[in-house]
Amino acid sequence: MPELIRNGVTIDNTFAEAFGMRATAIVITADTEKWARQAAVTMTGFATSVIACGCEAGIDRVLEPSETPDARPGIRVLIFAVSTSMLEQQLMTRLGQCVLTCPGTACFSGMQGEERIKLGAAIRYFGDGWQISKLLGATRYWRIPVMDGEFVCEETTGLTKSAVGGGNLLIMGRDRESTLAAAEAAVAAISAEPDVIMPFPGGIVRSGSKIGSKYKALPASTNDAYCPTLKGRVASALTAEVGSVLEIVIDGLTDAAVRAGMKAGLGALCVFGAKAGLVRVGAGNYGGKLGKFHYPLGEILG
Amino acid sequence: MSALVLTLQQEPPQRCDLSALTADRLAAATGRIEAIDIRTTRTPLAVGDIFSVTSGDAADIVFEGGSERFDNLGVGMSTGRIRVTGDLGQRAGRGMAGGAIFVSGSVGVLAGSGMAGGRMEIGGDAGDLLGAPLPGEASGMTGGVIRVGGSAGARAGDRMRRGLIAIGGDAGEYLGSRMFGGTIVCLGRAGPLPGYLMTRGTIITASGVDSLSPTFIDTGPHELVALRLISRWLTEEGIEGGALSATRLRRFAGDTAVLGKGELFLPEA
Repeated sequence: MPELIRNGVTIDNTFAEAFGMRATAIVITADTEKWARQAAVTMTGFATSVIACGCEAGIDRVLEPSETPDARPGIRVLIFAVSTSMLEQQLMTRLGQCVLTCPGTACFSGMQGEERIKLGAAIRYFGDGWQISKLLGATRYWRIPVMDGEFVCEETTGLTKSAVGGGNLLIMGRDRESTLAAAEAAVAAISAEPDVIMPFPGGIVRSGSKIGSKYKALPASTNDAYCPTLKGRVASALTAEVGSVLEIVIDGLTDAAVRAGMKAGLGALCVFGAKAGLVRVGAGNYGGKLGKFHYPLGEILG
Repeated sequence: MSALVLTLQQEPPQRCDLSALTADRLAAATGRIEAIDIRTTRTPLAVGDIFSVTSGDAADIVFEGGSERFDNLGVGMSTGRIRVTGDLGQRAGRGMAGGAIFVSGSVGVLAGSGMAGGRMEIGGDAGDLLGAPLPGEASGMTGGVIRVGGSAGARAGDRMRRGLIAIGGDAGEYLGSRMFGGTIVCLGRAGPLPGYLMTRGTIITASGVDSLSPTFIDTGPHELVALRLISRWLTEEGIEGGALSATRLRRFAGDTAVLGKGELFLPEA
């Protein structure tokens, strides 16, 4: 299949390779969106990659009071991990340290899922015997006395084993400024899609990695083929006109969600165009042998 | 398929045991409905003696006419719907696990006693011991929803463990006595000593109480997320609650006479 050219931008004849993951979703509410967001941002900090963070997490979307269980502003957060046990551990730690601690917050299940994992059930003991269980209809909540009143947390949240992590786009531009602008446009478009997150800072990663390193202790190292300063020194994937590369990594609750996110990102990049400084769009893969999910750029662009 | 309709033809000459007239029991029954024995004395009395029966779906039973002598209706039911135009006697819906009972009039003592699931709606008043256990039983209501349009008698929700009781009018003395879970909402005024010896659970009285036990500790007015959740739950259950639109209520903790960790919410003022 030949390369595509859209609005002057070359779309590489390649595919993004992604992996099956476990994922969950929670809803954090607070008296104001500011504090719900603060809890969500804190909870999803240092959650860019499972390589060293234990999980990948991010904000899916803002919820109106009419969409949340307690009719307050809310934020939906998605968390991805490589195993159920790691997901439970990360969820409990981040819930306890980042949401429980944040003024006025409450926490609820953000998805039904195939299975249920502990949410409030994991941190209720913080109440030291003063925690209160409330079963309202079919949903059990835990009320934990805290210094500003009560922290209310739904007992469990959903877990999906059908999540996908590692959808990606490699954005290659003339220079740093134009490449960052293109990446920001793609992030904005992908953010509008439901059930996906981009776990890296602002949704963008500038230090794409390859598996392995010349140093035995490191499981991953810089993706030298895409480093513009190494053109000519390594087997570079970059052409002469590419001066900067940024990557967007997409995790989604389903294959379809990641696909939709990739499509939205690609579409935005094509609109951004070559005149604004975008040269090529590629994707990272491992030859197709490691990841179960493949996203060919041409097919996704349609 | 249309409903199974039992139309009252005459006042019952004795108290009647209507426990056999549920979807569960009728599915297992043989013979004609008119022949079902409903006597509670040695004098024979069958369904056909006081009702005219229009056959239909036993999962939807309609009583055209009720009586305070109709006892045990819906006892142990797990499915189906029973609608009653009129009153019922004692133990309506006792031990029900599912399905729904709608009574346009009032019910006697021990309605919803030991109820584990399902829904009971009473348009009029409820007698004493709503949802309560019989003597010797460990717990009263363990699930489901009871909604009373009028007032409830003494000791509604006694030894309640789970579920919801919503009383549109006033409640008698000892509302939620000995309860150890669940939620009771009284939109009217509660009689003396609500929450007497309660150890867990939530009682909300929107219009205040006649007198409160000194063993309840005033923890002050609070604006709690839990009240928002309860308020939303009530809305989902079709129960519109006057003061429950206010999420700031005064919380009393108790009953400390039994080292309880229950709670009683009253209007802030």
